[in-house]
Amino acid sequence: MTEPVLSVRDLRVEFVTRRGILKAIDGISFDIGKGEVLGVVGESGAGKSVTGSAVIGLIDPPGRIAGGEIRLSGMRIDNLPPEEMRKVRGKRIGMIFQDPLTSLNPLFRISEQLVETIRTHTNLSASAARKRAIDLLTEVGIPAPERRIDSYPHEFSGGMRQRVVIALALCAEPELIIADEPTTALDVSVQAQIIALLKRLGREHGTAIMLVTHDMGVIAETADRVAVMYAGRIAEIGPVRDVVQNPLHPYAKGLMGAIPSLESDTDRLVQIPGSMPRLSAIPPGCAFNPRCPYVFDRCRVERPEPIQHSEHRVACHLYDQSHIRSEAVA
Amino acid sequence: MTERSYVEVKDLRRVFDVSKPWLNRVLEGGEKQYLKAVDGVSFAIEKGETFALVGESGSGKSTVARMVVGLLPPSGGTVSIDRVGMSGKADSAERQRLRRRIQMIFQDPYASLNPRWQVDRIVAEPIRAFHLIDSEKDIAARVGELLSLVGLHPADGTKYPHEFSGGQRQRIAIARALASNAEFIVCDEPTSALDVSVQAQILNLMRDLQDRLGLTYLFISHNLAVVRHMATRIGVMYLGRIVEISNGRELFAHPKHPYTRMLLDAVPDVGMTGRQRIPVKGEIPNPINPPSGCTFNPRCPFANDRCRTEIPALLGGVACHAIHEGRLSIDAAA
Repeated sequence: MTEPVLSVRDLRVEFVTRRGILKAIDGISFDIGKGEVLGVVGESGAGKSVTGSAVIGLIDPPGRIAGGEIRLSGMRIDNLPPEEMRKVRGKRIGMIFQDPLTSLNPLFRISEQLVETIRTHTNLSASAARKRAIDLLTEVGIPAPERRIDSYPHEFSGGMRQRVVIALALCAEPELIIADEPTTALDVSVQAQIIALLKRLGREHGTAIMLVTHDMGVIAETADRVAVMYAGRIAEIGPVRDVVQNPLHPYAKGLMGAIPSLESDTDRLVQIPGSMPRLSAIPPGCAFNPRCPYVFDRCRVERPEPIQHSEHRVACHLYDQSHIRSEAVA
Repeated sequence: MTERSYVEVKDLRRVFDVSKPWLNRVLEGGEKQYLKAVDGVSFAIEKGETFALVGESGSGKSTVARMVVGLLPPSGGTVSIDRVGMSGKADSAERQRLRRRIQMIFQDPYASLNPRWQVDRIVAEPIRAFHLIDSEKDIAARVGELLSLVGLHPADGTKYPHEFSGGQRQRIAIARALASNAEFIVCDEPTSALDVSVQAQILNLMRDLQDRLGLTYLFISHNLAVVRHMATRIGVMYLGRIVEISNGRELFAHPKHPYTRMLLDAVPDVGMTGRQRIPVKGEIPNPINPPSGCTFNPRCPFANDRCRTEIPALLGGVACHAIHEGRLSIDAAA
């Protein structure tokens, strides 16, 4: 197997507060290959966005990376000095955030923002950079880019603004794009356009994409593999079709069942009782145990490690072959 | 008219003045500008039913909700609930009594609860405002009862809103809405700020309460799957008009209006049935200067000259020339 674009091993992120250390990310490992889209899902507070921020080195104090490794095409990036990391960020890793209005500077024309970014990361001349900016806008599907390039961000609609942000992320042809809820602020009709665009970019440029979202529909459509996060850990990771249609982890099952469907009729949605634990009060053993319908004694004391189960990796004692309970669920 | 529906909305209109200030108009020679947020919307809701309005941002669905509860005076048209008109002088005494029976649940449970008030005071506010119960002891008992009804603990009443998660806050908002024994609840995107698992809890709760208390809902959402799950009838809005109105199941099985078809095609497919998702072309136009004729015509694959000049009427549950003329067969998209 060729080297993955992004490789995260046993990553831990902590926030030091007056009330003690909060573990936002507690030992997660995953890889993203060339041209692959990894979806990261979970409820608010699961640690999805913190994972993304850790990879691009944007964890602000009091947060800190407390352990583990992040490698970009084999190069370790989690311990780079800030100056070095600045060169990686933007050039080798592109970012797309949720709110396209706040990720663009309202005071500058988008031409200035694009040209500045391009010239920071390449040694193109100003006019060549402008030409490249127009090409990028064409690529992300902005009509009449020669005219639109000198507009200000407020002159674009939400969907168009998000396209500009994607163009900005693409400026330096990064190996990896981290898209944190890129479609959440958009209407469904526009959302479909943005998803199609991201998919095409991954395919044509071989860019690896880490897609953070809470929208399972978007994941089901875009991602090749999906990681389901719960309370700072990966509960289950596997090929998207398997995880969506045949989730193994009880939390993943609950999450899939909770989504109202356009195809099937159900009177009641599956509901997971309770809510995500606060970071200051993560239960011992498996973090999901107080809400889990299949909980047994071991879950309350021993933290489950990820187990390979066919194509999935799932962190749940139910699937531990050495245990009797596994047959009961299968 | 003999038999009247519980809620009747007739030809509702709302125009916002979005002109520049007077001085700028004088100096720059600008005209007054108006935005037609809602333009001739009519629908009826039967008692115990859930009627949903769906549409993209800017389609006017929240404006309709605000006019129905009386938070915003309509520029034209009428709303009547249980035969009492919501505007005009005629029914003002009746309307006072009606107010108690209408409540609203808002989108953002972080903004709709007063952060300085304890939960029991928030929930008791409608009871006190309408003087429903006099003794403080009975009010406390009623608040405890309401909190249990929405799945919270009566002891939670002494906490402040910040101590609750988003889903729990939405439960508090529901308890407050029920405090005055409301019959008709207008829900403006009640779950769009919540995670899917929490959304499932709230939607289940809303349906349980409807079954137990016989509530009538006007449900506003942009999420088609949620609407399908909740609604008995659905109106699809586009640029201030209802373009299609239909029974829940029917709308999803046989969408008629090209816009409805487009919206349904754009929904991400969780079931992974292999259905090709067709990205929608274009975006919702600027409502200050909407296209002439059918407002959907610039994005519509079936538009012809008539669509560009003449506004289609809502006939047979759909406002579309192509359907009325038979150019577009109803099952073509299925």
